[in-house]
Amino acid sequence: MEFFRIKKDIPIMRHALAFNIISLITFALAVFFLIVRGLNFSVEFTGGTLMEVHYTDSAPLAEIRAALEKGGYSDAPVQNFGSSQDVLIRLPLVPHDAATDPAAASAAPDAARQGELALKMLSATAATPPELRRVEFVGPQVGKDLAENGALALLFVVVGIMIYLAFRFEWRFSVSTIIANLHDVTIILGFFAFFQWEFSLSVLAAVLAVLGYSVNESVVVFDRVRETFRKTRGLTTAQVLDRAITGTMSRTVITHGSTQAVVLSMLIFGGETLHNFALALTIGICFGIYSSILVASPIVMWLGVSREQFIKPVKANDPNMTADGACV
Amino acid sequence: MNRYPLWKYITVLAALLFGFVYTLPNLLGSAPAVQVSSNRATLKIDDNFKPRVEEILAAAEIENTGVFVDTTGIKVRFADEDAQTRARIALEKALNPASDAADHDYVVALNFLSASPQWLTGIGALPMYLGLDLRGGVHFLLQVDMPGAELRRLDSISADLRTLMRDRDLRYAGIDREGKTIVLRFQNAETLAKARELIADRFSELALTEVEAAANADENAAISLTAAMRPEALQQLSEYALKQNISTLHNRINELGVAEPVITQQGADRIVVQLPGVLDTGKAKDMIGRTATLELRMVDETPGALNAALSGNLPYGDELLTEHERDGRKRPILLKKQVVLTGERLTNAQPGVDENGQPAVHLDFDASGARVIRAITGENVGKRMAILLIEKGRAEVVTAPVIRSEIGGGRMMISGSMRMSEANDIALLLRAGSLAAPMEIIEERTVGPSLGKENIQKGFDSTLWGFVAVVTFMCLYYRMFGLISSIALTANLLFLVALLSMLQATLTLPGIAAIALTLGMAIDANVLINERIREELRAGLPPQAAIHAGYERAFDTILDSNLTTLIAGLALLIFGSGPVRGFAVVHCLGIFTSIFSAVTVSRALVNLVYGYQRKLTHVSIGQVWKPEPGTAK
Repeated sequence: MEFFRIKKDIPIMRHALAFNIISLITFALAVFFLIVRGLNFSVEFTGGTLMEVHYTDSAPLAEIRAALEKGGYSDAPVQNFGSSQDVLIRLPLVPHDAATDPAAASAAPDAARQGELALKMLSATAATPPELRRVEFVGPQVGKDLAENGALALLFVVVGIMIYLAFRFEWRFSVSTIIANLHDVTIILGFFAFFQWEFSLSVLAAVLAVLGYSVNESVVVFDRVRETFRKTRGLTTAQVLDRAITGTMSRTVITHGSTQAVVLSMLIFGGETLHNFALALTIGICFGIYSSILVASPIVMWLGVSREQFIKPVKANDPNMTADGACV
Repeated sequence: MNRYPLWKYITVLAALLFGFVYTLPNLLGSAPAVQVSSNRATLKIDDNFKPRVEEILAAAEIENTGVFVDTTGIKVRFADEDAQTRARIALEKALNPASDAADHDYVVALNFLSASPQWLTGIGALPMYLGLDLRGGVHFLLQVDMPGAELRRLDSISADLRTLMRDRDLRYAGIDREGKTIVLRFQNAETLAKARELIADRFSELALTEVEAAANADENAAISLTAAMRPEALQQLSEYALKQNISTLHNRINELGVAEPVITQQGADRIVVQLPGVLDTGKAKDMIGRTATLELRMVDETPGALNAALSGNLPYGDELLTEHERDGRKRPILLKKQVVLTGERLTNAQPGVDENGQPAVHLDFDASGARVIRAITGENVGKRMAILLIEKGRAEVVTAPVIRSEIGGGRMMISGSMRMSEANDIALLLRAGSLAAPMEIIEERTVGPSLGKENIQKGFDSTLWGFVAVVTFMCLYYRMFGLISSIALTANLLFLVALLSMLQATLTLPGIAAIALTLGMAIDANVLINERIREELRAGLPPQAAIHAGYERAFDTILDSNLTTLIAGLALLIFGSGPVRGFAVVHCLGIFTSIFSAVTVSRALVNLVYGYQRKLTHVSIGQVWKPEPGTAK
């Protein structure tokens, strides 16, 4: 079996400009939705209480809402989670009437007790009390820390990878790789903003993992670019890039296919908890292929990469060095 | 050229063996167990306790599969959960006859023990440590109110300063806490200088600054001195407060009967509490927020008073309590209701030695406490004074020593016929009785046990089917090389699970996701190698040379791509918390195991299969398609 029977180098660079314009438009759209719609941050970031309760029969959503309303949580979101028996309830940090009714707010128990209280309310109204499956309470201090740490992690990855690539390759490669990958990250975030999928800590982990993973992709292509520059002569930069991309094409598709197979399995079997994590990875993998080939490579070309940058000056005392600088 | 020296094969084999041995406990699973631990700091469980447990179980006719004693207590393993439940009830009944939980001497909790044979446990091969999202339980993150602790300390210092000034006849116009400083006002410079000298001598934790009176200030507040906590003293205060809060939490959580509670410091002012198996968060929260106080009271030693009290005729102003002797026996003790001193006056309690080198507990009181102590001990030499811990309205006698002589200077010492460990325990109890600073729950995660089991199943299924898909494809597409890559991938999984088991890193659901993802990403290295070999074959290299070149040339790329992934993994590890950290640990470990298994293990296999064939004309790597001769490539 051989999927890729490519006779000639695919002339990707000829259409570089078109691809870059497409990328720019998707990128702009992603930024637009991020600004207009914003991310639907999970309780971990915003603070508040998240409860998952399980009913033996189908969960009575209307009754739950009524019970919560009586308790002062007038517009706490209540929704099914996975099945009709499981319900996810989000309670904001302070009961809503705090602003209008300060006396009630001060009489209310501390924020950490809200989940407990809500469960009591639900048990009181339902015929068979629901089973508590999960509670997550996050105070306001923690959410802020998490957001800060998330941003720091992103910065660390970007700087770390840039430094590494600048050492290993050349600054042009490191710049274009980072641009390509930030483009991926922005697009993932754009998807989450557009569909208002919940952005949780595990999604953040997925985004950063994708960042590492798609850098991987660019590294493989650039490795080949460097090798092609050193080995062959008389090719234009665009031709070298085309050849490198074509040469790694089958590996690119197979590797990503394998990773996607695993992620798909997570999407199918992983349940609700891993769902958004797997979703972020899926988008990341698809755009990772696209960006490393069609974003990073053209940028490298625009930045003016050339053969001379990869050929070390010939040392007179090195007998192994051939005339074209290749080391045998 | 495709042969490894013998030591390399041996290394690979040893690594595989190591992986297998440490993975084994996970396959063997765990057995239900009951854990008995001590509920009193003064009561230790050791080997001597083992026969008693065995006796109780024998009396209740419950078969066990092993009794183990370790530092945390005693664990008994059972064949099934039914025996476990019955054993728990039997042990609870026999060891804790009292109906009130606070009177219990032992904590009897359900637990799980590795079902692996003894030799495996002996070399530290344990099953992976499951996080709360997989086993169910509560996780709390507590914020210690350090500014609150600082203000409290400053208030207590101002009171001491007033006492000190009065004692030395230094007239002051006022000593007040203003924000985070204490302002001392004096009438004249002379008194101020004297006071300053005195304070600098007595209160090393204070930094003093003189404030010149403003020109328009009224005469009474002519000159003032401000005192603030020195940064290093503040640091010490917060470290002390954190330690004390942690030990208080330890004591209280013992009451809950949790098998393996985790209470650790996180950052400068936060404490993580993890209670596996606990779902009753209300009770846990009550316990964490509870306040306890320490009281010093005199023992009523009037002849006959104790007997009268025991026969129901309680003398006026007295209270009958139970004293826990160090040998575990209980004895009634009659105390006066009048409180000599409360725990607020106790500034520190440390284990140490007395003048004869015998173990002792040193207590430090603040200035006003010291005055009371001197007065009361002076009047009561030869009598007994009790130290009580009062929690939820219930008093417990920690210790009731005899007063030997008048105690001045605010330093008290309890000594006599105790072991060093007992001195430690008493000091801890005295310190741990109350929280040094108030705490607030700022994060909670509760996962029910059924959800935990479901999470394990989901994680396992994702990994399994992802793995099956990748392996099937590899074997179809690359044939022999695909099979070898698949074996390398299996080895990778083995190494990863073995490492996680050995390090006892906490495995969470995101961690399982990271295992699955590692497998999906690790195959990249083998794809790179296999594609490269095909390419070299296409270029016309003989098979042996193609294999060699394929591995050599792919290695740089594999290293680069894994290192960049590692950078992202490290960032997650450093900045991540909670679920992200669980993901990051596995992700980073996975990168190392991937490189080793994809490069070294698969190469060893390829070498074994092909490296020893002299005239190799064909390798099974799937179809190698060559462009028609003459077409430009």
